[in-house]
Order: sequence, then C-alpha cells, then structure tokens
Amino acid sequence: MLKEEKYQKLKEIIKIYLPEDVAITDIEQESHFMNDLNINSANIVDIVLDVEDAFDIRLENEDMEKMQTVNDAMAIIDDKLAEK
Amino acid sequence: MKESYNWILNSLPYTEPFLFVNEILHVDDKGAEGTYRFSPDADFYKGHFKNNPVTPGVILTECCAQIGLVCLGIYLLGKKSEIGNMAIGMSSSQMEFLQPVFPGERVRVVSELVYFRFQKIKCEVKMYNEDDKLVCKGVLAGMIGIANE
Repeated sequence: MLKEEKYQKLKEIIKIYLPEDVAITDIEQESHFMNDLNINSANIVDIVLDVEDAFDIRLENEDMEKMQTVNDAMAIIDDKLAEK
Repeated sequence: MKESYNWILNSLPYTEPFLFVNEILHVDDKGAEGTYRFSPDADFYKGHFKNNPVTPGVILTECCAQIGLVCLGIYLLGKKSEIGNMAIGMSSSQMEFLQPVFPGERVRVVSELVYFRFQKIKCEVKMYNEDDKLVCKGVLAGMIGIANE
C-alpha cells in the first residue's frame, strides 16, 4: 500500500471523530490528535479500533501511548503492517 | 456457592445521593446484571415533574451506567489489578426511553460488553421494570482506569 493511500485511509477514519469546529482540511501529518484536532481520549480509542479494522492490525497499550500525532499513527501502522 | 460481588460494590466511586446500584446479580467477562430501587424520597422527584414525580431519563441513564458499565469495568479491571484510585468518566450515551419509572419502583439493568480496550469501555444496556417490561435501552461508553498507574 502506498504511503499516500495509507494517509488518505487514516484521514477518512480521523474525519469521523473530528469535533464540529475542526475541518478535515485541518488534518496535517504533524497534527496532534488532542491538542491540534481537539479529539478526546475516548474518541482516540475509536480511531485506534477503526484503524485496526481498516488495516487488519492490532495495537497494544504501548502503541496507544506513542500515538500522539497523525505521523505517529502512520509510523505505527507501517510497523504493524511490516510485522505481518 | 454464589460468587460474592461485594468487592465490586465496595469499589464503586459513588455514594448517596448519587449511588444507583443496590445489588449485583451477575457479572462475567461479557456483561453485568444488577438491580436498583428508586427511593420515593429522592430529591429530584420534588422537581421532576411538579406534582407528578417521574424518574428523570438522565437518572435512568446513570443507573444503567453504574450497573452496566462501571460494575462491569471494575470486575474486568479487578481481575487484572488491585483497584486503587479509579479514574472514571462517561464519554458517550445514546438512549431510548420506552416506559416511565415512578418513585419506589425497582429496576433491573442488563449490560452486554461491546469492547473494553485502552481504558475505554462500551456496552449495550437494557433496563427492565418489575413486570419485565423494557424501560430503556441504549449504548453507553466511558473511560475507566487506575489513576497514577
């Protein structure tokens, strides 16, 4: 899967959990889920569960702790896909 | 021998006037079941509604959450670790209300776990009255974990 394809797939998931005052165009690779995108911890869990389904991977607690930004999420997805 | 769930009741982070669990009937990895009787003396009946006391939907939701979500969460957490300082909060609720609950009625809540991962617990909940009629149902989610872990 191409990087751009992965990024689009991730953005589509994040979009669902954005608060009303944040637009999909606000999502950047450097965006911090909580601080920049105003996504709360409960919805970050939903993003992780959707990512697991979409990429057919499983994240652990330590992955969750590392996943602060969109870039972090991309790196974790890459790692998990490589492990498969 | 019937398993005692007293340790779960004792771990609940609520007290009067906002404790809405009397008895836990059953808990396992998949869900929880418990009862609560709404005291006719509860303060909210004075205002909801004027001269016509009916249990508010938010209180029914809270009762569903305490029995269905929190008792189950404590059970699942407690199997893994000692319950110390619990950090807890409701993150979403989607409920439908089908029957009124009047002062003094006893209700039974049954929950089914959807998932409990990364400290988020999500359940489908149903509340029944003493005639076994469905009072309300919905999906509740919250964050529950041990603080300072």
